[in-house]
Amino acid sequence: MITLRNLHKSFGTQKVLDGLSLEIPAGKITAVIGPSGEGKSVLLKHLIGLLQPDSGEVEVDGESILGLRRSQLNRIREKFGMLFQNVALFDSMTVFENVAFPLQEKTSLPVDEIRRRVITALEDVGLKNVENKFPDELSGGMKKRVGLARAVVLNPRIILFDEPTTGLDPIIKRAIHQLIKDTHAKFGFTAVIVSHEIPEIFDVAQNVAMLFRGEILQHGTPEEIINSDHPAVRQFISGSLDGPIQMT
Amino acid sequence: MVQALGHTTIGIVRELGKTGWFLLYSFYMIVRRPGNPLHVLKQIRFIGTKSLFVIVLTAGFTGMVLGLQGYYTLSKFGSEGMLGTAVALSLIRELGPVLAALMVTGRAGSAITAEIGIMRISEQIDALETMALDPFKYLVTPKLIAAMISLPLLCAIFDVVGIYGGWLVGVKLLGVNPGAYFYEMENSVVWRDVYSGFVKSFSFGVIIAWIGCYKGYYAGHGAEGVSRATTESVVLTSVLILVWDYFLTSVLL
Repeated sequence: MITLRNLHKSFGTQKVLDGLSLEIPAGKITAVIGPSGEGKSVLLKHLIGLLQPDSGEVEVDGESILGLRRSQLNRIREKFGMLFQNVALFDSMTVFENVAFPLQEKTSLPVDEIRRRVITALEDVGLKNVENKFPDELSGGMKKRVGLARAVVLNPRIILFDEPTTGLDPIIKRAIHQLIKDTHAKFGFTAVIVSHEIPEIFDVAQNVAMLFRGEILQHGTPEEIINSDHPAVRQFISGSLDGPIQMT
Repeated sequence: MVQALGHTTIGIVRELGKTGWFLLYSFYMIVRRPGNPLHVLKQIRFIGTKSLFVIVLTAGFTGMVLGLQGYYTLSKFGSEGMLGTAVALSLIRELGPVLAALMVTGRAGSAITAEIGIMRISEQIDALETMALDPFKYLVTPKLIAAMISLPLLCAIFDVVGIYGGWLVGVKLLGVNPGAYFYEMENSVVWRDVYSGFVKSFSFGVIIAWIGCYKGYYAGHGAEGVSRATTESVVLTSVLILVWDYFLTSVLL
């Protein structure tokens, strides 16, 4: 379980998180939705200590991750896998090396075993015969899938997805959502997905939290969010131009 | 006005602290987790081997121009025979380490900053962090070790090629006695001169890798951030090399 309490974060004069609190239950898929530029990625980076809040508390399994020494923070980070918004594959390595990298660095498995696991992880995300390609040679959807394989290859207990389907065609989008659901059913990790995919995300997540103006506006099951009577939530889900969410 | 001044001063002090910490932490990481020797070899190939051509080329012409200028000056005193000494001492003590370092800064220092800067803006450094891996171990320490090994070697090559460049002009073109060229050199160049050149080029290697990595590691946003980091890296490295060279010379002389 991940607990966020009263997080505040500003970049210069711009307030991004303003007293945000959220409980992310273990073993479930939680989606964070909300308008662009509201700090969803910033929120995700706080969960894994890539950003430090100005004030507030972040706890992973009851343990605060703030103000830790690097070695202590790394011990907690080992529970995590992360898929970045722009995937962040190592561009000087092949697909195979990218997925094998966490295994080589974090385990002492023999070479054949690493090879077997990488091939399996790539097959699980529907990729074959791309091991020797470089990230530049792949399409956006393929990159996302390689990133997914890299994020899950160590079997982490918590996986963070930053817009896993943004910019992909509807079929690949569905395939990736299905992939997240399937791997979740198989491994039972805790997942946090930042997403704009309305309404598809309601089908993937078991919990949905709406982020707006630096706070969690509403947090509940997909049904509760769909049937919300909060004007901003309703506006966001329907994609209407009229309402409290103003484009500036 | 006063507030702005204070703000700038604090900014500068903070930046200096961050830069210094970066170097200390890099050395700490070399001792604690030296990382994969293969990564170091790859960096030696990049920083050292691939700089060979430009080093040999610049060394040749530097030696040749030293031959010309030295001959012109020395012939006023009728002591052309000392040309070998003049060329060798200028190269070994001063020009070899400095010019080799400046050439490597332009070729490899800028590339180091650009490479790490692009990894920063494309979140590849964050990706390493989320895997609970220390980015220094993969990005900084191999380059630092490689630069500390490569620079003295490049400097030695620079010196030798430069001395033969001077020989080519002095002896072959201007007719200085070939025996005198090398004999006087052997007589006057002492171990201390070679040692001071070595210390210089070693520390220039540290500066190149340090500033190159630091500027890339803290590159700003987007392509513009990387381009600015690269420019700053080359300028700062070159300035630091020349300033440090002065202080080192005054200590080692």
